[in-house]
Amino acid sequence: MGDVRVRTLVVRCPDWSVYAAQPGPSDPLVVVRANRVVACSMAARSAGVEVGLRRREAQRRCPEVKVVGYDPGRDLRAFERVAACLDEITPGVEITSPGMLSFGTRGPSRYFGGDEPLGEKVLDAVRTALDGRWPAYVGIADGFFSALRASHQAQVDAREAMVVPVGCSDEFLASHPTSSLLEVLDVADLVDVWVRLGLSNLGLVSQLSTGDISARFGPTGLAAHRVARGFDLRPLDLQIPEEDLSVSMEFEDPLDRVDRGVFAAKALAEQLNSRLSELGVGCTRVQVYARTQGGEELSRQWRHEGTLSDVALAQRVRWQLDGWLSPSSGARSVSPAPSSGLVCLSLTPLEVQPDSGRQLGFWGGESRIDERVSRAIVRLQSQLGTQAVRLVQIRGARDPAQRVHQSPAEPDGRLGDSCPVDAPWPGQVPSPAPAVVFEEPLRVLVLDEAGREVGVSGRGELSAAPAVIERPGCARRALIGWAGPWLAQERWWDNQSQRRRVRFQVIDDRNEAMLLCVEGGLWWLEAAYQ
Amino acid sequence: MAVSLADITTLSRLAESVLPVPEPFVDLLPSGGLVRGAMLATAGPVAQSLAMALVGPLTQMGSWCAVVGLEELGLLAASELGVELGRVLVVDEADPTRWPATVDALLDAVEVVLVRAPSQLSAATASRLVARARGRGSVLMQVGSSGSLWPQSPDFTISARSLAWDGIGFGHGHLRARHVEVEVVGRRVGGPARHGSIWLPGPDGAISRR
Repeated sequence: MGDVRVRTLVVRCPDWSVYAAQPGPSDPLVVVRANRVVACSMAARSAGVEVGLRRREAQRRCPEVKVVGYDPGRDLRAFERVAACLDEITPGVEITSPGMLSFGTRGPSRYFGGDEPLGEKVLDAVRTALDGRWPAYVGIADGFFSALRASHQAQVDAREAMVVPVGCSDEFLASHPTSSLLEVLDVADLVDVWVRLGLSNLGLVSQLSTGDISARFGPTGLAAHRVARGFDLRPLDLQIPEEDLSVSMEFEDPLDRVDRGVFAAKALAEQLNSRLSELGVGCTRVQVYARTQGGEELSRQWRHEGTLSDVALAQRVRWQLDGWLSPSSGARSVSPAPSSGLVCLSLTPLEVQPDSGRQLGFWGGESRIDERVSRAIVRLQSQLGTQAVRLVQIRGARDPAQRVHQSPAEPDGRLGDSCPVDAPWPGQVPSPAPAVVFEEPLRVLVLDEAGREVGVSGRGELSAAPAVIERPGCARRALIGWAGPWLAQERWWDNQSQRRRVRFQVIDDRNEAMLLCVEGGLWWLEAAYQ
Repeated sequence: MAVSLADITTLSRLAESVLPVPEPFVDLLPSGGLVRGAMLATAGPVAQSLAMALVGPLTQMGSWCAVVGLEELGLLAASELGVELGRVLVVDEADPTRWPATVDALLDAVEVVLVRAPSQLSAATASRLVARARGRGSVLMQVGSSGSLWPQSPDFTISARSLAWDGIGFGHGHLRARHVEVEVVGRRVGGPARHGSIWLPGPDGAISRR
């Protein structure tokens, strides 16, 4: 499953949307998305506005607040300049979301002589790009989530950077609140439940066993649990294409306008996606490369929580080109500013995954249930009732009969209360398991050669060899083989409810096999090997 | 971690027109597998095991399988025969008036739908479901059909009889492996019935040629 903790450096600029909206230094400003505040400026904060408030409430608390709509394009365009300033330090800068970027530290850390010097270098570069107008915090730790938390810790400690020593991320994460998971996973309900159960920090969460988490909270819980323990979360069916699947375009007449570049990018994106969809995959991480006539190059990696559509790919090219080709105000980029038009544009898929509906993505706590199946489940449950549609799991259990469980399917992949199916016998009859298990055992007669009913002693000894089986509504069949007894005494400690059952396998003269059970002197047909 | 183009291709077998089946069945079925859009039936005294065996590989490859109204189907046996239980949806048959709509919705959503032929299926309903399967590229499989309860005959019918069980004696041993003789007939077979000798399951639990 990829239990990986890659040592990662995270740069986090808090409330980036506010910076991108470019308020004056003392303007109170809030960025609003779906009527809720998602970011606010210092001035707004000091007036009592917080992230999460409804717009009306924010305006009530701070009447002169400026309200700006959420615009990820604007945010990413602005952030591209920050990312660009780190190109000298490492080629693998990955923009996770506006205001947050990360990269693996292995190479750069070695080059600059350690994590601390690397952090310093990064802060220097970022400060230059921001012209000192906005704070940035650096965190270095094992794994993206730990590094992110480290950047938060730095802010809390009024420092600019925090390095968590190698191997200490578990300890470091333990005291962080469970709600911190919400920054990277869309698991509000789950966090709510965990907090109410008393799991107030990540240390307590990580102490639960994965078996318990999986059984009780399903795939969503498992994902959150992994992140809480500091593991990198990648879509479980991530593939890194070995073959070169990149697509590129060369322009005889260098493109000197961003929108021409974007037009070309859209065509490239369509080409790439149709190639990938022939293979049944979509791209989750892409490298966009551009080169000018003068030889300047810009390469940037983008990750997406689902697969990148044509539009999404073209958008990222736009943001990248915007940040690079357009004259920027204020911030200076370290990358050589282009001196001439674009002559080459290429898209390279770096990570792909099967493109069939919702997958477990880093940003979504969604399950792996195919979207079509999910919709069908919802539809059927509304018509037939929740219990009528069930998913199956095999759970680890001492008792093989308890292993197969059915649970009502929840559309988000969580499972309702499960119950064991299938095998009423407590795992004593060896495999193979019977293909048909009757919901209600059927009364049968088992006779010996003389036509008398075969009796069974308490220890499973037969009074005579079984020779004939009579099923109601069926012809008599001769028995040509039998095996057993398998004794199963349930609840032996309780005289009232104790049940003593003895089981036998039999085959008839057509070589059809059945599982019989004797209880209280009566024979029952429990299952058939059809 | 890197995979070759060939491996990426396996991810997309879902896009192919024939869904994979266990190896011993490949020569027996028309087109060597479960053709998308087909309607087939499993019959005879081994019908349930045949059905479960046939859907094993495709669920392993990522396709989903829905089971409607087959409450007695042994899921542990399914798992032993190679079905990936994590991609099985079990739906109650509920009342007969809802059955066609239920199957219709499932044919829309999953690759294979296992049903028990209900009695008195009208020609109109049957054609609609067959058309839905064809249109969506899903497979409709009647399990344990007894007689012609469907107005249309399936593309093919696969049945088997149990030739022998290994492992069980007269008062000793236990059922260990079964030798079956499979027969495939139908209009899509394009010729006389095909026969094959198969372990279902074999001594090691696997499905193999005998």
